[in-house]
Amino acid sequence: MSGSGPGRPLAHWQHRLAERGIDRQLWLLVPALVFVIALFLYPFFYGLTLSFQPTDGGPLSDYARFFSDSYERGTIWITLRIALPAALLNVLAAVPIAYRMRGRFRGKRLVTTLLVVPITLGTVLTAQGLLNFLGPTGWFNRILLAGNLVDEPVRLTHNYWGVFFSLVITGFPFAFLLVLSYLSGIDPTLERAAATLGADWRRRFTMITLPLLMPGLATTFCLTFVLAFSVFPSAVLVGNPAGETRVISLAAYQAAYEQYDYPYASAIAMIMGFVELVIIALVLAARSRFYTGSTGGKG
Amino acid sequence: MSAFSQLRLDGVSRRFGGQDALTELDLTIETGEFIALLGPSGCGKSTALNCLAGLLPLTQGSIWQDERRIDTLPPERRGFGMVFQSYALFPHLTVRANIAFGLRMRRLPKEETRRRTEEAVRLVRLEDHVDKLPGQLSGGQQQRVAIARAVVFEPSLVLMDEPLSNLDAKLRLEMRTEIRRLHQSLGLTTVYVTHDQEEALSLADRLVVLREGRVQQIGSPRELHTRPANWHVADFMGYRNLWRGRVEQVDGTRAAVESSGHRLLGEAIGDLPARSDVMVAVRPEDIRVDGPGETPNAMSATIEVVEYQGRELAAEARTDSGQLVHLRTEQRVAPGDQVKLSMDPQRLLVYPAGATRETDRLVDASGAVR
Ligand SMILES: Nc1ncnc2c1ncn2[C@@H]1O[C@H](COP(=O)(O)OP(=O)(O)OP(=O)(O)O)[C@@H](O)[C@H]1O
Ligand SMILES: [Mg+2]
Repeated sequence: MSGSGPGRPLAHWQHRLAERGIDRQLWLLVPALVFVIALFLYPFFYGLTLSFQPTDGGPLSDYARFFSDSYERGTIWITLRIALPAALLNVLAAVPIAYRMRGRFRGKRLVTTLLVVPITLGTVLTAQGLLNFLGPTGWFNRILLAGNLVDEPVRLTHNYWGVFFSLVITGFPFAFLLVLSYLSGIDPTLERAAATLGADWRRRFTMITLPLLMPGLATTFCLTFVLAFSVFPSAVLVGNPAGETRVISLAAYQAAYEQYDYPYASAIAMIMGFVELVIIALVLAARSRFYTGSTGGKG
Repeated sequence: MSAFSQLRLDGVSRRFGGQDALTELDLTIETGEFIALLGPSGCGKSTALNCLAGLLPLTQGSIWQDERRIDTLPPERRGFGMVFQSYALFPHLTVRANIAFGLRMRRLPKEETRRRTEEAVRLVRLEDHVDKLPGQLSGGQQQRVAIARAVVFEPSLVLMDEPLSNLDAKLRLEMRTEIRRLHQSLGLTTVYVTHDQEEALSLADRLVVLREGRVQQIGSPRELHTRPANWHVADFMGYRNLWRGRVEQVDGTRAAVESSGHRLLGEAIGDLPARSDVMVAVRPEDIRVDGPGETPNAMSATIEVVEYQGRELAAEARTDSGQLVHLRTEQRVAPGDQVKLSMDPQRLLVYPAGATRETDRLVDASGAVR
């Protein structure tokens, strides 16, 4: 910093440390650090080392095995094909609803509660509901059949769509709550200012609110994507776990608990983590191109 | 831009729940005028401004731009510029893009947008900061961006909501001059909200004083300064001495009043029946200390508190009958001094007290007001 000319004594060492963000408040981070080490870093490195100790072959042979087998390799694509659109749809659907609901209005609590209920249901109950509603003899198909709109039941469960719907139902509330809180963090006067400058609601949204919301949307996307990527129960319950929806977590599960090949399962888990990391890195790289500073709101 | 020759507010009212924030505001704004909306906090100034801007729907009344009714138009179709109290600069846009925003919304040719933006930047002297984000500017600079952004598209009316209230005293004076300069050089029509009577008096051609959502008085700075319409306005316009009294005799506009043992002569404002309760209003600077010879409205008093204020001293004195007097004087007085106070009857205004709760609240145990 300037001001510390040759003749002057340097600032006290505590001030210089504080300038770099080192002060006593760092102690507040200790519990989080302990948790991260115990619950995340340790299992991670354990799995990582395990993945390099296959039951036979060199250290990388389990990775090679995964990538040389097209049935195994295909799980990456299958998972991405479900998780990316589901996460995207969750975020995109949350935006207009949250945008409409960001102000105060009568019944807001009721609507919010209704939208958030699926979180409390859990994947299994959701799958059950989906089977009842969208299954071959579910209401949805019965209505279509009764209305003579289709000749035979539309297959919406035990395939790609079943898993997709289930991910949307369980992921949407998260996306909605996150987007809502990001939106209420944007000062509403900004849109009012834009209005007095001649912007109609469309341009207020695209030129003011959306750019300020983008970083939040990117974060929301990452979170719902991670949730969707590790999809497991619904892939089994409402999907087609032998084919179309044999997601990567299923491959890892089968390696670990059907073949009891823990090193191979670890290798798959590592690959899974790596794919997630790549997607998140891409999204965050895009995010950093937007304005991420204060938006003046109360959030 | 849609210039007008007259903007008419006709009984504009706004309720929040069951509470009136603004009641029947009638006001005609001529083009080129500088109008100040003045009043204490919570009196409905921002409400009035937001109604004008279209940011708040009216609960009653109408707004007319010449013969066109505009209170049903959304804000973006009124074409009024607005400066917000919190500036409301777009944090993700540079100073230049902030200022150009209104022009871009009007889809002007690129070249013209650029030229007019540069012009506005020069006008508010921000040439060195055009590529910064608002977060990188000082408060005064942000304020100037907000003003430039609101005037660059030559709006037919500029609305300002306490634009200087977040600035320090020195900057406030500078910006005040700047606002008046812009108003004149650009030929703007301006409605300016403030709770600072000095600011309003120095800036505006006409003042509108509000209290509890109702207009108390509309007039020139001079009228408001010398002739407040009622004692509430007087209170707000710097008549710090408000004494309760009783009419003894009225002769034309000259009233004789008995106030805590003193017989005072003053100007009667409004209808004053004999023996009715009144409020006597005097500015601190209109109280003379130890005037020469025989003086009207004389009281003897003891100085209690003295505040140094440059060339003048602001002092509090207590009369022998216990009345508290605020005064300003160039004489050197000190606490404990015995002085003789006097007031020009023309500068002593006598108002009907009215039966408001506030009158009672203001009266302390000694019978003095405040
Ligand atoms: N959204 C609202 N809901 C309910 N009451 C409101 C709302 N906005 C303003 N009010 C009330 O209306 C009255 C006038 O408010 P307004 O904001 O116009 O005051 P103001 O004169 O601008 O005050 P200040 O100088 O403090 O800004 C206040 O009593 C306030 O409590
Ligand atoms: Mg206000």
